[in-house]
Amino acid sequence: MDLVVFYILAGVTVLASIGVVSQRNPMHSVMLLIVSFAGLAGIYIQLDAPFTAVTQIIIYAGAIMVLFLFVVMLLNAHTEDDVIPSRLGPHALKLAVLLSLVLVFELASAIMKLDRASFDAATGSISSVSAIGSQLYKTDGYAFAFEVTSVLILVSMVGAVVIARRPRKESRER
Amino acid sequence: MLALIDQALIAHLVLIFIVFNCLVLSAAFMVWMERKVCAYIQDREGPNRVGPEGLLQPFADVIKLLFKEDLRPKAADTLLFLIAPVISAITAFAAFSVIPFGTETTLFGLLNEPLRLEVTDVNVAVLVIFAITSMGVYGIVLAGWSSNSKYSLLGGLRSSAQMISYELSYGLALASVIMLAGSLSLREIVMNQSGYWWHVIPKWHIFLQPIGFVIYLTAGVAETNRAPFDFPEAEQELVAGYHTEYSSMAFAMFFLAEYINMVTVSAVATSLYLGGWLGPFLPAWLGWVYFMIKVLLILFFYVWMRWTLPRYRYDQLMEFGWKWLLPAAVLNLIGTAALVIWLG
Repeated sequence: MDLVVFYILAGVTVLASIGVVSQRNPMHSVMLLIVSFAGLAGIYIQLDAPFTAVTQIIIYAGAIMVLFLFVVMLLNAHTEDDVIPSRLGPHALKLAVLLSLVLVFELASAIMKLDRASFDAATGSISSVSAIGSQLYKTDGYAFAFEVTSVLILVSMVGAVVIARRPRKESRER
Repeated sequence: MLALIDQALIAHLVLIFIVFNCLVLSAAFMVWMERKVCAYIQDREGPNRVGPEGLLQPFADVIKLLFKEDLRPKAADTLLFLIAPVISAITAFAAFSVIPFGTETTLFGLLNEPLRLEVTDVNVAVLVIFAITSMGVYGIVLAGWSSNSKYSLLGGLRSSAQMISYELSYGLALASVIMLAGSLSLREIVMNQSGYWWHVIPKWHIFLQPIGFVIYLTAGVAETNRAPFDFPEAEQELVAGYHTEYSSMAFAMFFLAEYINMVTVSAVATSLYLGGWLGPFLPAWLGWVYFMIKVLLILFFYVWMRWTLPRYRYDQLMEFGWKWLLPAAVLNLIGTAALVIWLG
């Protein structure tokens, strides 16, 4: 039963992801990406990590994709051109294939090296919200990495505001 | 053993059936209440022909909508145009599934195992509701975009901007309550509010979180696109907003979703701030009566507000959301954190 559900979810996720890149209509791509995220969230629930699943939906499917939709709607881009942008040069496609092959190889070797026994021992601790919280905020946990990431996000936010801000009058006159 | 499992399963299915139908009925009832309250506020009678006091009017409306022609604009994106109302309706129903509305009951010994009065018990219920509500915006945005009409598009854009802006304050108000209760489970949050201060005042979170409650209600109105924040469908500017091009049952689904969302927001407010199904005098298994009364009161408040307050201007809405509501929510969160640490 669990296996059947997993294959359904995995199938939906993979098919939707393929759809994202193969769709001509950017709006449909965005919707398929949301479907893909939803499939991933389902797999997280199967792994007994409801918190991760819900966060996935709230942040990726809920917040980030709405912004994507916004951009697509405002640009009103109906279809993509099917030619490769010329400034990438004639070898872009070959390079892309090569890079993706390297990525596949890396992923495969990483998965081969995994120790399955350590995984089984680690499950259970992920499902509890307080366990995640104490791991994130303890100084012997990920507190430093967490804080650095927050600062990074704050900096990028300030940067976005600075770029989007209307220039002041005196600077326009200059 | 098998009989026991089957019994629990059947009891659960019956419960789901009842909850689903109650939600649909509550939407019908809300339409009636809205029209009646609006009528009395404007010194009229309101619907009074179909059924006693016009109570059957919503059903007549639904039957009328069912028989209407389903129109579709030629330039619409067919697939997304058809999916959009479905997304709206599904998310509206799904959000209610994690809300507990009563304690356990065995139905006077009819069941071997006590049945919890909620569809599912998730230990991150508050976040689940937040996630599902944030998915609800897609129904509106897609409806606006796929109709290929400028009024619909503007309505959809406004709606998504509004929902993103108010979702932040909404989430921060939720976070304050979560900190007080120390749990993400709605059942535990409700149980945290049991008992009394000095034997008189119930230990509801509204007394600890008065500002949070106001922020939640305000953001809730904006999330459900109701007046005075009903910009996505501001008639004078946008015809009917995102559902301009919809007719027949597709339109009915948006209508249904809007009212069910209101019920859900009120139910969550009841669970988070007003002690859910808890109340004096009645035996515990009748707690759902209290739950319904509290939800009804909040719903009445929403209707009352809609017919009393004029709509804001769009820039006022954005300014209020970002410059007043969000800072207030942040301060409330910090204050709550201090309170929790101080009280240990």
